[in-house]
Amino acid sequence: MSEAPTQTSGAPAVNLRLSAKRRRSDRTMKWLFGIAAVLTFVITLLILYVLFADAWAFFWQVEKAKLWDIGWFPRRGRFDIKTLFVGTLIVSGIAMLIAVPLGLGSAIYLSEFARPRVRRILKPIVEILAGIPSVVLGYFAISFINPDIITNLVGGANKAFNFAAAGIAVGVLTIPIVASVAEDALRAVPMSLREASFGLGARRATTTFRVVLPAGISGVIAALILGVSRAIGETMVVAIAAGAVGGGLFSVDPFQPGQTMTAAMAALGFGSDQIAGSGLAFQSLFFLGFLLFVLTLLLNIAGDRLVRKVREEY
Amino acid sequence: MALTNPARFGAASAAGLTRSRASRRQNLSGRVVEGLLLSALAVSLLILVVLIVHLFQRSWSVLDSGFGDFITGTLDASDARTAGVGQAIRGTLFLAVIVAIVAFPLGIACAIYLEEYAGDSRIARILRVNVRNLAGVPSIVYGILGLSIFVKFAGGLTGGRTVIAGGLTLSVLVLPIVIITASEALRAVPRSIREGAYGVGATQWETIRSHVLPSAGPGILTGTILSLSRAAGEAAPLLLVGGITGLLRTGDQSLWEQVTKGGFTSMPVAIFSYARQTGSDFRAVTAAASLVLLLVVVLLNAIAITLRNRFERRW
Repeated sequence: MSEAPTQTSGAPAVNLRLSAKRRRSDRTMKWLFGIAAVLTFVITLLILYVLFADAWAFFWQVEKAKLWDIGWFPRRGRFDIKTLFVGTLIVSGIAMLIAVPLGLGSAIYLSEFARPRVRRILKPIVEILAGIPSVVLGYFAISFINPDIITNLVGGANKAFNFAAAGIAVGVLTIPIVASVAEDALRAVPMSLREASFGLGARRATTTFRVVLPAGISGVIAALILGVSRAIGETMVVAIAAGAVGGGLFSVDPFQPGQTMTAAMAALGFGSDQIAGSGLAFQSLFFLGFLLFVLTLLLNIAGDRLVRKVREEY
Repeated sequence: MALTNPARFGAASAAGLTRSRASRRQNLSGRVVEGLLLSALAVSLLILVVLIVHLFQRSWSVLDSGFGDFITGTLDASDARTAGVGQAIRGTLFLAVIVAIVAFPLGIACAIYLEEYAGDSRIARILRVNVRNLAGVPSIVYGILGLSIFVKFAGGLTGGRTVIAGGLTLSVLVLPIVIITASEALRAVPRSIREGAYGVGATQWETIRSHVLPSAGPGILTGTILSLSRAAGEAAPLLLVGGITGLLRTGDQSLWEQVTKGGFTSMPVAIFSYARQTGSDFRAVTAAASLVLLLVVVLLNAIAITLRNRFERRW
């Protein structure tokens, strides 16, 4: 446009070359977007580096016997990992007892039974459940779930804090994840399978449990795995409702207070008695973080694979 | 099954009878199954209702008298009468602003690269898997990252345990949410829209700016609102990067000093502080703070979901 082309014959020659300015801005933007994308990878590397460096240092300095001693009392140099593992196991186990029936049931109902209009209204409400801040549910656990439900049902339960109340609240947080991943998987099962089943005279319930669920099973398993991963990583509910802030003795009783990996990390990191700076107790924070990161990463990768599998199958 | 049943080959009427009985039984069990599934959904939704009602009941004494003092009060976990959430609300707003400044442009830029430029290359696939995995990293792990990078390593720039470090940590935390929702929105824009722009001679960036981004706008907006609500509700990472629990004195610091030097707190961190206190006075304060936070977050989510459903275009 800027350079007037010399016309030779009838048709006007059009300059198809971009102006330098437009070409430059096109290239610049591409680079900027690329840098932003690479940055996400840098974040992962940083997480790995930060966790691993101090976790490694901790692992070599700590007396190995202290890692399998009795109770988690980091400020007194006792780092019994199994206390925290068992705590995490109990809390996420209870959470799944809540989240699997409620989450899967909701998913199956929404995907197979609900009429489209009902589904359009109910599904967003389930999604809103996912937005409840975990501190709010932690408070709900100590002010409603424990005093009004658990201590009424179980005589010997600790009246202030226990695993069960925390586990139920974590379960509530896990419902929407299980529900939405499972629902996506079930809806990905092609209509033709259902129609074939109906055509053979099967009822809706039969079709759902004999045809649709088996067809979408890998997605349903993915929902459970991702739910477990979410439950293991949940921090604030346990920090508020399971008690044992300073440390915890080894306990397998779900109705007594105790600590999980995440709650132990929160306890190490905050408060007036912060042990910031150096020291073995502070480094144990990174050690726990590393274990937690690896554990949830493995679960997430497995879940992600299965989700993709459903999508590829159909 | 019915075919192998010898009874069916008896009299025609008998066969008809068994069939209708069987079907009635099946119908009943079908109803029961449907009822059970529906009750699973109903219980899930009921929890939300019970939660809100419970919070209202518990916080009534605060809401009824002295709500003004509560909403402007300072963080003080020693005296329930003066305890409030004024600083916490301000802290949460600061954090939200930092998230909006840092995470939104970064996340959208990353999504644009992954969807518009990267194609299906090996690098693109690795980056996509990486983003999905980042979305599943527990929030407390981001707290460790924030503590090491934004508080310790870059402490000279952020001022250490300040709201800036907290905001940057939350930005990293919500980045995958922004990227994933923005990617989905961009992917939903059909190719013909892009081809229309290329056809009149636009460059790739011009196409994205004038055609793709406006079409994907509502979807991207949904993701940004969801990420804000997530940031507003997170406490665990903030505890590690220095969110104040217990007592926060702001004194007569200027706004600039508060942001760059002073301690900070946020709504969820304040709720955590108050929830650890015993006594019914503090229970009421905690319930009131939880109710405020819950309503804000639920409102944000509802806006985001409505936006998505309304503007979800079928091309």
